[in-house]
Amino acid sequence: MKLIFHIWRQPARNKPGRMVRYEHANLNPDMSMLEALDVLNEDLILKGEEPVVFEHDCREGICGSCGFMINGIAHGPLPKTTVCQLTLRHFRDGEELVLEPWRARAFPVLKDLMVDRSAFDRIIAAGGYISIPAGSAPDGNDILVAKDDSDRAMDAAACIGCGACVAACPNASASLFTAAKISHLGLLPQGQPERDSRALRMVKTMNAESFGQCTNIGECEAVCPKGIRLEVIARMNHDFIGASWRAR
Amino acid sequence: MSAAAPGIAAPVRVLRFWNTTIGKKAVMAASGIILALFVIGHLIGNLQIFLGPDQFNGYARTLRHLPELLWPVRAILLVCVTLHIWSSLQLAVVKSEARPIGYAKRTPAGSSYASRTMYWSGPIIAAFVVYHLMEFTFGVGGTPYHEFDAYGNVIQGFKVPAVTIFYVIAMGLLCLHLRHGLWSLFQSLGFNHPRHMPRIKRAASIIALFVFFGFSSIPLAVLTGLIPQVL
Repeated sequence: MKLIFHIWRQPARNKPGRMVRYEHANLNPDMSMLEALDVLNEDLILKGEEPVVFEHDCREGICGSCGFMINGIAHGPLPKTTVCQLTLRHFRDGEELVLEPWRARAFPVLKDLMVDRSAFDRIIAAGGYISIPAGSAPDGNDILVAKDDSDRAMDAAACIGCGACVAACPNASASLFTAAKISHLGLLPQGQPERDSRALRMVKTMNAESFGQCTNIGECEAVCPKGIRLEVIARMNHDFIGASWRAR
Repeated sequence: MSAAAPGIAAPVRVLRFWNTTIGKKAVMAASGIILALFVIGHLIGNLQIFLGPDQFNGYARTLRHLPELLWPVRAILLVCVTLHIWSSLQLAVVKSEARPIGYAKRTPAGSSYASRTMYWSGPIIAAFVVYHLMEFTFGVGGTPYHEFDAYGNVIQGFKVPAVTIFYVIAMGLLCLHLRHGLWSLFQSLGFNHPRHMPRIKRAASIIALFVFFGFSSIPLAVLTGLIPQVL
């Protein structure tokens, strides 16, 4: 199988980058997109060129390390699929693919397709946790959680922090990510004591990291590999508006 | 407000809230509700033109003779328009700064045309409102204007095809703007439930279409001569 790649090559942070065309005729349709890049990189190394840098870890779609734009869609055309799980059989033989890194002021490109997503870490550090004395595991059913709440909390907790929501948003908003974290903790009894301060601090940090605003258009929801829904953003708005009202 | 015994003064909290993206979107949503309610009320008032000149001019005269109602409503609308535009301009700056380098290739994956064009439909509707006020409130829109003959003004105004075309296009954009805005405001104010949201979206589309066909029917009826042109 043959594919033609147009890949963003950038040697380092704050260095100018450009699109470079690569053609590879020796690909297997059962390969994942990352394996295709591995094969391309082997050729580049043999030719004495710099291999294409991209982030990856588990290659099972659960770690949140990988991700880039394929033809203008975060993680490529297959819904609820990260690039590591996206196989080449979903593309036509000879298709041209434009691979670009996530684009956002908050996600500076480090090299080629790899961006610095530590802004997400700082949003989490601002309140994406619960403060409890950690000892032995609590008894099961000690704190009762309604089934509906636990389901929705688990759905929100599925976020892997890959950054596709930011990349797909025309405003480079981190609302889906931040809201997933706020919802996941805010729906559970353990998350209640810090619910107000969590919403206030995480939103403040999200704004300070120069992510854009949410305009409720749903691009994030469409590309999210974990299927996080727009509802979590409404929950964040609800918590934030209420917390602002009650703020001391 | 007093229940939580705030250590932070209310104005400071309001300013803090305003200085967040969620705060500005909430302001945009709240002002949008009032503006949308006005649009619907305005439409119901305007549709009386089909009941004849006496009814329509009587309605117009009633409004003008109720300054204690007219001026507070105008003041509230002016405040809402100002807040709506002001927050959108500030958010436009946030948006432009959030992605300094764009994509070489970009494919919309899940957003509606209406939602992607809010920053186009909004300013054009604002320009329309300015012209609309010039034409029918201040009488300086370039079409014949006689105070207290609202019916005649409408007939004379929409006999000009260019004016009618501009109005219909503006109403099309208003329809798009409302189609996204009317459900989006629930989301911005923190309400989204999987069971109710599809209904809210459907209601938003129906209201938006009602606004489009309702308002467009008037200039089109004048232009095609379906309305009695007593003058």
